[in-house]
Amino acid sequence: MARMTMIEAIRDAHMVAMERDPDVIVMGQDVGYFGGVFRCTAGLQEKFGVTRCFDAPISELGIIGTAFGMAAYGLRPVVEIQFADYMYPGYDQIVSEAARLRYRSAGEFTCPMVVRMPTGGGIFGGLTHSQSPEALFTHVAGLKTVVPSNPRDAKGLLLAAIADPDPVIFLEPKRLYNGPFDGHFDRPTQSWAGHDLGEVDSGYFEVPLGRASVVRGGSGATIIAYGTMVHVALAAVAESGADVEVIDLRTLLPLDLDCITQSVCKTGRCIVLHEATLTSGFGAEIAALVQAECFYSLEAPVVRVAGWDTPYPHAQEKAYFPGPARVIRAINTVLEG
Amino acid sequence: MRRDSAGGHALSFAVSDPHGDAVRLFVQNLGHVRGLITGGIAMSDDQERAPHLHVPEPAIRPGGVPDFSHVQIPPAGSVRRPDPGETPENMRDLAFTIIRVLDRDGAAVGPWAEALEGALDDEALRKGLRDMMLLRAYDTRMLTAQRQGKSSFYMQHLGEEAISCAFQTALRKGDMNFPTYRQAGLLVASGYPLVTMMCQVFSNDADPGHGRQLPVFYSARDHGFFSISGNLATQYVQAVGWAMAAAIRGDRHLAVGWIGDGSTAESDFHGALVFASTYKPPVILNIVNNQWAISTFQGIARGGAGTFAARAHGFGIPALRVDGNDYLAVRAAADWAVQRARRDLGPTLIEYVTYRAGGHSTSDDPAAYRPKEEGAAWPLGDPILRLKAHLIARDLWSEDRHRQAEAEVMDEVITAQKEAEAIGTLHSGKRPSPRYMFDDVFAEMPPHLIRQRTEMGY
Repeated sequence: MARMTMIEAIRDAHMVAMERDPDVIVMGQDVGYFGGVFRCTAGLQEKFGVTRCFDAPISELGIIGTAFGMAAYGLRPVVEIQFADYMYPGYDQIVSEAARLRYRSAGEFTCPMVVRMPTGGGIFGGLTHSQSPEALFTHVAGLKTVVPSNPRDAKGLLLAAIADPDPVIFLEPKRLYNGPFDGHFDRPTQSWAGHDLGEVDSGYFEVPLGRASVVRGGSGATIIAYGTMVHVALAAVAESGADVEVIDLRTLLPLDLDCITQSVCKTGRCIVLHEATLTSGFGAEIAALVQAECFYSLEAPVVRVAGWDTPYPHAQEKAYFPGPARVIRAINTVLEG
Repeated sequence: MRRDSAGGHALSFAVSDPHGDAVRLFVQNLGHVRGLITGGIAMSDDQERAPHLHVPEPAIRPGGVPDFSHVQIPPAGSVRRPDPGETPENMRDLAFTIIRVLDRDGAAVGPWAEALEGALDDEALRKGLRDMMLLRAYDTRMLTAQRQGKSSFYMQHLGEEAISCAFQTALRKGDMNFPTYRQAGLLVASGYPLVTMMCQVFSNDADPGHGRQLPVFYSARDHGFFSISGNLATQYVQAVGWAMAAAIRGDRHLAVGWIGDGSTAESDFHGALVFASTYKPPVILNIVNNQWAISTFQGIARGGAGTFAARAHGFGIPALRVDGNDYLAVRAAADWAVQRARRDLGPTLIEYVTYRAGGHSTSDDPAAYRPKEEGAAWPLGDPILRLKAHLIARDLWSEDRHRQAEAEVMDEVITAQKEAEAIGTLHSGKRPSPRYMFDDVFAEMPPHLIRQRTEMGY
């Protein structure tokens, strides 16, 4: 057991996976000697050598396309896309290729790769360093999509993703790298050091893909969130004083529908919370499932709280970010409904 | 350092430096900049004009007389063969010529022919001819079957048979092709069962891919044939990744990327060359230039590059340009590139100059965009007739044996077709169950897919 930031936990997961399996290969821009712009791969090249952790040309298409070839060959590539916002040149290789290889070859070839990318805003990254593109992955048949919200889950989920026989998109909320962010821009950043989930088991362990976690019990309403928004939800619930359950999905696909329906059928009220833009966001999928599965238990319409349907602005970041105030309004709305 | 600074650096230096040197430099630079500005004004001349958009057009369209005078064809045997270990800078000429082995009389001549000695015995040559004939007979029957509604789609190889058939013979078990839809000769030459290919084309219950993929999108791991994608060029960079994996593990396997002239315009092509250039894995990057990307002539993708092969030069990758209708030239070039890969000398790019004598697929009519007579006017001839002439010239073959072989391969194809059709075709017989639809999306079926399959009733 050790205290870790999310960066350290992700780095530790790489270390453990690479020690365990010589086929685990790390590639990406600046991941080698420098150890990644967020330091998630620091020390890997020194420890495992340049053929197991190396820098790639600035070509997301090339990184994901060659990782596809390596995975099909039998390696377990774990590649880093520097920001999720940079992923688009490699999107075709993810959607048309990695996601479908097992299907189109009837299992003759497979693509067990992990594509890691920092996601989300709250760091003044502007339009091009703040996006949350998870719905672009969950909409694709053949991909698993994971979003951790704390160091312990980040390590366990990443190890599970590396061991998974299919391609996994691993979205790391960069606002959480160094400490939980509850949406209050005016308060000092907390540290993972004092946080229960900053305690990370040493060695190998998996947090299974497809299992959500109830991070706060409650009976009046359910907030369904993932990534940074888990911490916003917890802050909002604490401030509102309401008796609200908070679910951290952890994996968006496969989705832990049982966990969601059990909670919402119990509370009868549901808020879906994400940082990505509202329209056609993953919250729409959750809302549709909740109304289909929990219709007769619902006491109020499902409410979605999400990023506004605009590009992620720079100077207006605080106004864009769905913070605790908006969540508290949503809590009041569903409780009144 | 200060005195050597370029203008921009000197400017910022001057702002932060209290000493006179920097100020003097700053002033000098200002003067330099002013000189440029006045020079720019003075440079306006009477040759200046508004830009025009250059849209390349093929030499001839339907109604015109085919003209291939722009295809410079050196005599067979005239192109040098450097050692495979030669540095790329010293063999750039090989990207601007055409390596040819078979001359007009069917003789194999020159250094590339000499390099083949011992590589292909008489039986291998006859098999090469037979592979091409078998592929052509297969194409003929599958085209007809498509027109009869037995499959939804087909793509033939007419005129391009030598490239995939010959290339395959240079590989060994464990090597992996990342083909396009027009390299079924790789399967034919490696002895893949025709019946299985046909079951794939007919999308019947014996299709190893369970009918999910379009006809001709085969997958055959044991035959070194990677699953085909319909998104063009994606496989090119994947081949580089496969070869990088072999290099990481130290396995003596190579990968072969295949692409058409049109698809070299995709970013995947350029990404593949960057990664191949950087990591130098054992990969061979093949470009089949058959002159046409559906209705678009090769000049649209090639643009200002002299040849497709020359694209490799900017990446420091050795490039060959080869007569794609010459079975022996293809094999000789393949051997050269394979040798480079096996000696850990890195990637090689090869452009095969050929002509797509048929339509792009069963969905287009080439007469709508090029003269019907163009195929007959193609100066590099028919690959089957050229190898046949070589075998006859060497007394390894005869007109009689050829006629007999034509009947044999057609019999073989028809027998296989009967067997495949007895199982089923697109609209009749045993077809893949809709149940297969939900398998292989993931290794383990997640709950939402189990629910959907149940809802569908399977």
